[in-house]
Amino acid sequence: MSALDTGPGEPPHYSQVWTFRTPRARLALWVGWVALAALFVWCWQIMNENTLWIFVTDAPSQAADIGSRMFPPELAYLPELLMPLWDTLNIATLGTVGGVILAVPVAFLAARNTTPSALLIRPVALFIIVSSRSINSLIWALLLVAIIGPGLLAGIVAIALRSIGFVGKLLYEAIEETDARQVEAVTATGAGRAQVIHYGIVPQVLPAFWGISMFRWDINIRESTILGLVGAGGIGMKLQSSIDTLAWSQVATILIVILGTVVVSETLSAKVRRALI
Amino acid sequence: MTANSAYPRRWKRPPQLITTRRWRLTLPLLVVAYLVLALGSLEIDAGRVVEGLSRGARFIQGFLQPDFVSRWQDIRQGLIESLTMTLTATVVGVLISVPIGIGAAHNLSPRPVYLVCRSIVSVSRSLQEIIIAIFLVAMFGFGPFAGFLTLAFASIGFVAKLLADDIEEASASQIEAIRATGASGLQLIHYAVQPQVMPRLIGLSLYRLDINFRESAVIGIVGAGGIGATLNTAIDRYEYDSAGAILLLIIAIVMLSEYGSSYLRKYLQ
Repeated sequence: MSALDTGPGEPPHYSQVWTFRTPRARLALWVGWVALAALFVWCWQIMNENTLWIFVTDAPSQAADIGSRMFPPELAYLPELLMPLWDTLNIATLGTVGGVILAVPVAFLAARNTTPSALLIRPVALFIIVSSRSINSLIWALLLVAIIGPGLLAGIVAIALRSIGFVGKLLYEAIEETDARQVEAVTATGAGRAQVIHYGIVPQVLPAFWGISMFRWDINIRESTILGLVGAGGIGMKLQSSIDTLAWSQVATILIVILGTVVVSETLSAKVRRALI
Repeated sequence: MTANSAYPRRWKRPPQLITTRRWRLTLPLLVVAYLVLALGSLEIDAGRVVEGLSRGARFIQGFLQPDFVSRWQDIRQGLIESLTMTLTATVVGVLISVPIGIGAAHNLSPRPVYLVCRSIVSVSRSLQEIIIAIFLVAMFGFGPFAGFLTLAFASIGFVAKLLADDIEEASASQIEAIRATGASGLQLIHYAVQPQVMPRLIGLSLYRLDINFRESAVIGIVGAGGIGATLNTAIDRYEYDSAGAILLLIIAIVMLSEYGSSYLRKYLQ
């Protein structure tokens, strides 16, 4: 779309300056950017209708204040954190186990090549996966604390319910990617439905299955540290009570413990996954 | 034909994953030992759970018969806060994460810049949204502004890290070619790097928009505005029909944005 100045009988003459985009693309790009900027400004105004700017301008001094209260972290508080930490690990691990156990049948029902009915059952399984994925574990915990009372059980069930979607989605994608020839070979021996899954599909998805479970366990450790904020047990309860009593030096200690746990679980899960794949 | 009769008549599936016999035996033992310990330290108040079942049934009822009307004003306000917060936070987060992402790519940046940017990324990634939100609410007061800052901060780590990884994977020959024409640093990024990573960056931004909306439903619990605050109130008041309505709205919007963003990404690539 460069400028063409063609006189009669002359060969076409192109503009000498090379440009990155055609004028039309440039125009579209600018319109897009302006629209985005306008949308941003509009949203910004709606969002900040009720913002009290006096608090915002006050923030640096608040930050300095909190920072000075947090430092030095109260290390004498550490022994008290061991039991909640054990609880947190249990929430994450038992929650992952529960979630994986629930997710496996859902994944087999959702995968196109193993579902008994693509018309009826597959959409139900997909809906279970989507709704479990779109609700954060903290919201699950909030609900479960209201229903079955505060404590570890609510946390475990929340983690399990949240994990169904994640594990189910990745697992059913892995099942759909399995090699159809191996499945066919097993079917050709006269194997029944369950035997086909056992000998044809399970060996193919097993490494993916353990990898996904480890990955989810790592995420769950991270999430279970904060479930206590809504009363679902673990180290988050300690965090909540320290924040409520404005004991910022204890908060600092808890944050260090949480960060340490997350880093350790992340390296562990990365190691196991690397060994699997 | 002795060789024929010695041939195994029965086939046993070979062990998978763990091929050493010792580990195959000890691992289940370890797992059982852990489960005994963990379940032993679990204190389950069975009476409370049974008592909660009727409440659970009421919640499921509320979920099946959601009440959008009676709290519509609050829900509307929460949704507007969530959506505006999501958009502004994503835009600001992506704008900030572009220079940080370029800085954190080792094929473009000098070593000190690389280290600084990588550490910004890892700080932003290792802290959870909700913990950041607690601090920012304490500093900036309640409301969506603190939520906006939280989401923007969290977006930086996510987008910058993936962008940096993507830039590092960009074809070196194209960068070399543009560099050979005598291009300056900015021109290098504009003509060699940007065309290669732009589709990915747009995809990442859309994905992050999606995540930010989900997170905006959560950080309201600690006072950072948005639909989460409304949901928290509804559950605290045991108004399960309103809570069900909010959850359904969240699921619907998440599904919509997921499909929309995957469609857009496919269209752009």
